[in-house]
Amino acid sequence: MFDAPGSSPDQAFGVGELTTLVKQALEGGFPPLWVKGEVSGFKRHTNGHWYFSLKDATGQLPCVVWARETRRIPAPPDEGMAVFARGQLTVYPAQGKLQFMVDALEAEGEGLWKKAFDALKATLDAEGLTDPARKRRLPRFPRTVAVITSLDGAARRDIEAVIRRRHPGVHLVLIGAVVQGEGAPASLVAALDRLARWGGADVAIIGRGGGSREDLWCFNDESVARAIAASPVPIISAVGHEIDVTIADLVADLRAATPSVAAEHAVPILAEVQEQLRRLGGRLADALEDRVVAERRALTTQLERFTLRATRMVERRRARVQQVAGRLEALSPVATLARGFTIARDAEGRALATRSAFAVGATFDLLVQDGRVRARTESVHDDAPHLPSRA
Amino acid sequence: MSFEQTLARLEQIASSLDRDDLPLEEALRLFEEGIAKLREANAALGEAEGKVQRLIEGASGVFALEEES
Repeated sequence: MFDAPGSSPDQAFGVGELTTLVKQALEGGFPPLWVKGEVSGFKRHTNGHWYFSLKDATGQLPCVVWARETRRIPAPPDEGMAVFARGQLTVYPAQGKLQFMVDALEAEGEGLWKKAFDALKATLDAEGLTDPARKRRLPRFPRTVAVITSLDGAARRDIEAVIRRRHPGVHLVLIGAVVQGEGAPASLVAALDRLARWGGADVAIIGRGGGSREDLWCFNDESVARAIAASPVPIISAVGHEIDVTIADLVADLRAATPSVAAEHAVPILAEVQEQLRRLGGRLADALEDRVVAERRALTTQLERFTLRATRMVERRRARVQQVAGRLEALSPVATLARGFTIARDAEGRALATRSAFAVGATFDLLVQDGRVRARTESVHDDAPHLPSRA
Repeated sequence: MSFEQTLARLEQIASSLDRDDLPLEEALRLFEEGIAKLREANAALGEAEGKVQRLIEGASGVFALEEES
C-alpha cells in the first residue's frame, strides 16, 4: 500500500507544514528574476514596507518591497506605471499568499530616477535653494582649496594635477568622503560639516569621477544638497562627466562638468596673474612718465610766456624812454641853437627875452651852438620882426 | 588686505593716475602706494610651494592637517 503524505486523511498535511513546503518548492524552482507589469494598488505601510501588485492583461502578482530595500529605489512608483521588478518568488505562509519580494525596481526609461530628481528639485526650487541669485562669486585668488571626494579616487588625482600645473603655490586640503553606495550621503554631509567648522578653505570642490547612475546617486540626495546650500565656503560641484547633472550641481555656487574643469575654475594660472601684475606696473610707470612729461611741458610753456612778457615789457619801456627823450630834445634850447638861433642871458643866467630886459651899455652873454659870446647893448628898438615863440 | 583686494587697489590707482586733473603731489603719492602694492602682490605670488594635506578631525573636534605624499 502506497502511503504518500497527503494521500489520505491519516496522512494529511498541517497547513503551515504544506505552505512551508510550497514556499521551499517555489524558492527552489525560481531563482531571483525580473518581472514586468503595471503597478496597481501601491501602499506604503507605516513600518516602511511597500505593497503593490504587478498586473498585465491576464495576471496579477502581489509584491512587497521591504523597508531596507526601498532605500535603494530612488522613488516609489506611480499607480499604473510600467515597471521592471527584480525579486524572489515566494509564499507568505501566514496568509497562504503568493508573494514577490522585490529588491530592485526600475521604470521604463528614466522613470523613477527622474521622478525622484524632479520631486527634490521642485522642493529645493520652492525654497529658493537653486536660485541663481544665491550663487556666490568664487574667490579669484584662493590660497587654500578644499577637495571633498574619495581619497583614492581618480577625481582627487585629476584635481591635484590641474591645480599644480596652473598654480603651484595654492594649498590643497583633502577631506575624504565615501562617494558611492549607501553610506555616501551621510559621509558627504559629514565632510561638508567639517569643511564649515574648520573654516580654513577659500573655496571647495565636491565631486567624483564618472560612474553609473546608481554610483552618482548620492549627489542627488536631499541631505547632501542642503549641506552644500548651507556651506559658508563657496562650493564647486564636479560630478561624473559632462552629461551628468545632479541636484548637487543645482545648489552649488558653480557646476563644473568634470573634476578637472572644477580645478580650472578654482585656481587661476600663476603665469597669467604675474603677467597682469607686470601690466599694472607698466601702467603705473607710464602714467607717471606721462605726468612728468606733461608737467615739464607746462613748466616750459610758462617759462616761455614769462620770457616773452618780460621782453615785451622791456621793449615798451625802451620805446617810452626814446619817446620822452625825443620830446626833451625837441624842447632843449641846445637844439634851438643848433638851428642858428641864439639865447641872450644876463650875468645871473636869466634869459633876456624882451626889449625891457636889455639896458643900453650893459653887457650880456649870447649862447650859440658851440659856445658863448660876450656882447653889449648898443640901442633898443621895437621894429625887429617877431621871432617864432617855439622851434 | 587679500591678494584680490590688493589687485583691485592697483587697478584703481592705475586708473586714477591716468587722469590729468590729479594734483602732482597726489599723483606721486598714489604712484608710491602702487609700487608698494605691486611688491606686496609679487611677494605673495612668490610664496612657498603649495602643499597637499589631509584634514583630520580629532576626538575633541580639533582639526589637524596631515601631509600627503
